[in-house]
Amino acid sequence: MSQEYPLQRESEFSWRIDPSGKMRVPGIIYADETLIREMDDKVFEQLCNVASLPGIVQAAYAMPDAHWGYGFPIGGVAAFDPDLGGVVSAGGVGFDISCGVRALRTGLSIEEIEPVKKQLVDALFRQVPVGVGSTGRIHLNDKGMTAMLKGGARWAVEQGFGEPGDLERIEEKGCMAGADPGEVSARARKRQQDEMGTLGSGNHYLEVQRVAEIYDPRIATAFGLRENDAVVFIHCGSRGLGHQIGTEFLKYMVLVASRHGIELPDRELACAPINSELGQAYLGAMRAGINCALANRQIITHLTRQVFADVLPKADLTLIFDVSHNTCKLESHPVAGRQRKLYVHRKGATRAFGPGNPEIPETLRAVGQPVLIGGSMGTESHILAGSEQGAGLSFNSACHGAGRAMSRHRATKLWRGRSVVDELAERGILIRSPSMRGVAEEAPGAYKDVRAVVDAAEKAGLAKKVARMEPRLCIKG
Amino acid sequence: MGLRGYGQTMAQAFEQVALALTATVTELDRVAPQQRVDIDCECADPELLLVDWLNALIYEMATRKLLFSRFEITIEGGRLDASAWGEMVNRSRHRPAVEVKGATYTALQVAQQENGDWLAQCIIDV
Repeated sequence: MSQEYPLQRESEFSWRIDPSGKMRVPGIIYADETLIREMDDKVFEQLCNVASLPGIVQAAYAMPDAHWGYGFPIGGVAAFDPDLGGVVSAGGVGFDISCGVRALRTGLSIEEIEPVKKQLVDALFRQVPVGVGSTGRIHLNDKGMTAMLKGGARWAVEQGFGEPGDLERIEEKGCMAGADPGEVSARARKRQQDEMGTLGSGNHYLEVQRVAEIYDPRIATAFGLRENDAVVFIHCGSRGLGHQIGTEFLKYMVLVASRHGIELPDRELACAPINSELGQAYLGAMRAGINCALANRQIITHLTRQVFADVLPKADLTLIFDVSHNTCKLESHPVAGRQRKLYVHRKGATRAFGPGNPEIPETLRAVGQPVLIGGSMGTESHILAGSEQGAGLSFNSACHGAGRAMSRHRATKLWRGRSVVDELAERGILIRSPSMRGVAEEAPGAYKDVRAVVDAAEKAGLAKKVARMEPRLCIKG
Repeated sequence: MGLRGYGQTMAQAFEQVALALTATVTELDRVAPQQRVDIDCECADPELLLVDWLNALIYEMATRKLLFSRFEITIEGGRLDASAWGEMVNRSRHRPAVEVKGATYTALQVAQQENGDWLAQCIIDV
C-alpha cells in the first residue's frame, strides 16, 4: 500500500486520491486490495500528474492492470473537453498507436485442432511475419500508403485481405474517420514500408486458444462462444509507423508546451490543446496510425485464414471483435447529467461500451461490446462485455491485459527461454519464437495474475466476465 | 527498459547508452562493426539531444535493418555528429529479443557527476 499517496477506499474495488497541489480532478483506481498493494507508487504519481493536465474532466482513472508507464500509467484513462482548454497528449496514447486485440472464432472445437497442432503452429510461424527484422509481403508505395492510412481495415478488405463482413466487427467499422495522411511524415512512412502484415515483437503474439470456461452463457451465445471451441487471438499494433508518429509528435509537444501555457509535470506527458494547430495535426496523424493498426490486424487475419485453409480446410474464421487499447477518441459521455463531447485517452485500456450503445454492431448491441483481454502466453485470456454502469465509472473503459509484474531484465534472471518453452510444451502449449531471450522476458510469471485483474474489473462494474480462454499454440516475436 | 551510460565526456556517455540500446536487442559481441552510418542531430538541451540521438539510431536500425556495435560521437554547442558501425540483422545469429519502439522522456537525465564523469540515461519503449 502506498505510504506517500493518501488512498481513500471508496468501495471494495475503487480507491480515490483527492485533488491536491496542481491536480484539477481526483485520481480513481479500480482494483482489489492485493492489486492496489502491489501497485508501484509511480502509478499513483503518474495518475496525479495526468489529473493536473488542462481541461481534464471528472477524474483520471487507472484500471486494475495499471502499472508504471511513460507519462500516463499503462491502464490509464483520461477525458478532455476541447472547449475548456482540454489537451491531446502523444504520450497519453503511447508509441504503439492503436495496439489492440482481435479475436476470431474458428468454427472448430479444440479436439479438431489437437491432432494437427504441431503442423498448424509451424505453418503459422512460417506464414505470419514475427520478430525483429521480419518483413511483410506487401510493399506499399507512397500512394498505396496514403490509401491505407485513410482506409484502415476497409482498405485492406478492398485489397483482397478478408471479407467485407469482417468490418462490422471492428471498432469504427474498420476505418477511423478524420485520419490525415498528410500529417504522417516521410520517416514514419519509410519505417512502415516493409512492415504491413507483421506482428512485431515484445508482448505481441498470435495464439490459438481453447474456450476453457463460460461465465455468462447468454452473452457467450451472442458472441458465438461455446466451451471447448478453438479461437484465435491476435495482439499487435501500428508497427513502425505508429512508433515514429509517437516519437515525432512527443518531441513537438515537448518543445511547444510552454508556448501553449502548459506546465508539464513530466515531459513524457507532452500535450497540446485540442483546439490548436499541433493538437489537430497530431489527431490527424494518430487516426492515420489507428488505420494502420486496423489494416495490419486485417492482413494478419487473412494470412491466418490461409494457414487454416491449408491445414484444416473445415475451419471458418469469423471475427468476434477487434479492439484497440492505445488511442484517443472523440466520444459522447454523460457528465453530471449532461452529454459532453470529450477526447478520451486510453493508454493500455480497452473501450467497453455497454448494452444499447449505438457504436456497437447491431447484432451485439443487446449484450454490450466484446472486451478482449490478452493474458501472457501460458496463462489465460478473457473475453468480457461492456457494462451499463461503465459509462459512469470510467468513460466506458476496462483493463487491457495482465500487466507486467516485473522488468524484462529481472525476468531473464529468473527464467531461461528454452525451459519456458519446454515446460509449456509439457502442458500441451506449443510456442514458436525467433528469440529465446524474448520468450524469457515474456515468461508467464513476469505478469500479474490476469484472473485477479478481470475479477476486479468485473466487481468494480467496468465490464462483465463472459469467457476464459487457455492458450494451445502461440507465435511471438 | 532503462538505459544508462557513463563516460569521461558527455559524448562518451552517449556512446555507452547507444551500446546499451543494442544490448537490449542482442549480445553486443555478436554484432560485427562492418557498415558505417553517419548520424547528426541538434538540440540545445542535452537531455532532449540524448532522446534525439537514440531515436535517430532507432530509426536507422528499423529502416536499414541494422544492429550497431561501435560508435564515435562528438558533441559541440548542442550539435551531435556520430558515426555508427554495425551489420544487418541476422535472425539466426543475433536472435534479436525485442524491437525498440522509441526513446522516452521518462527517467531522462544527462548530468555531470561530482567525480567529473558524465551520466546519460533514459527509458526506452520496447
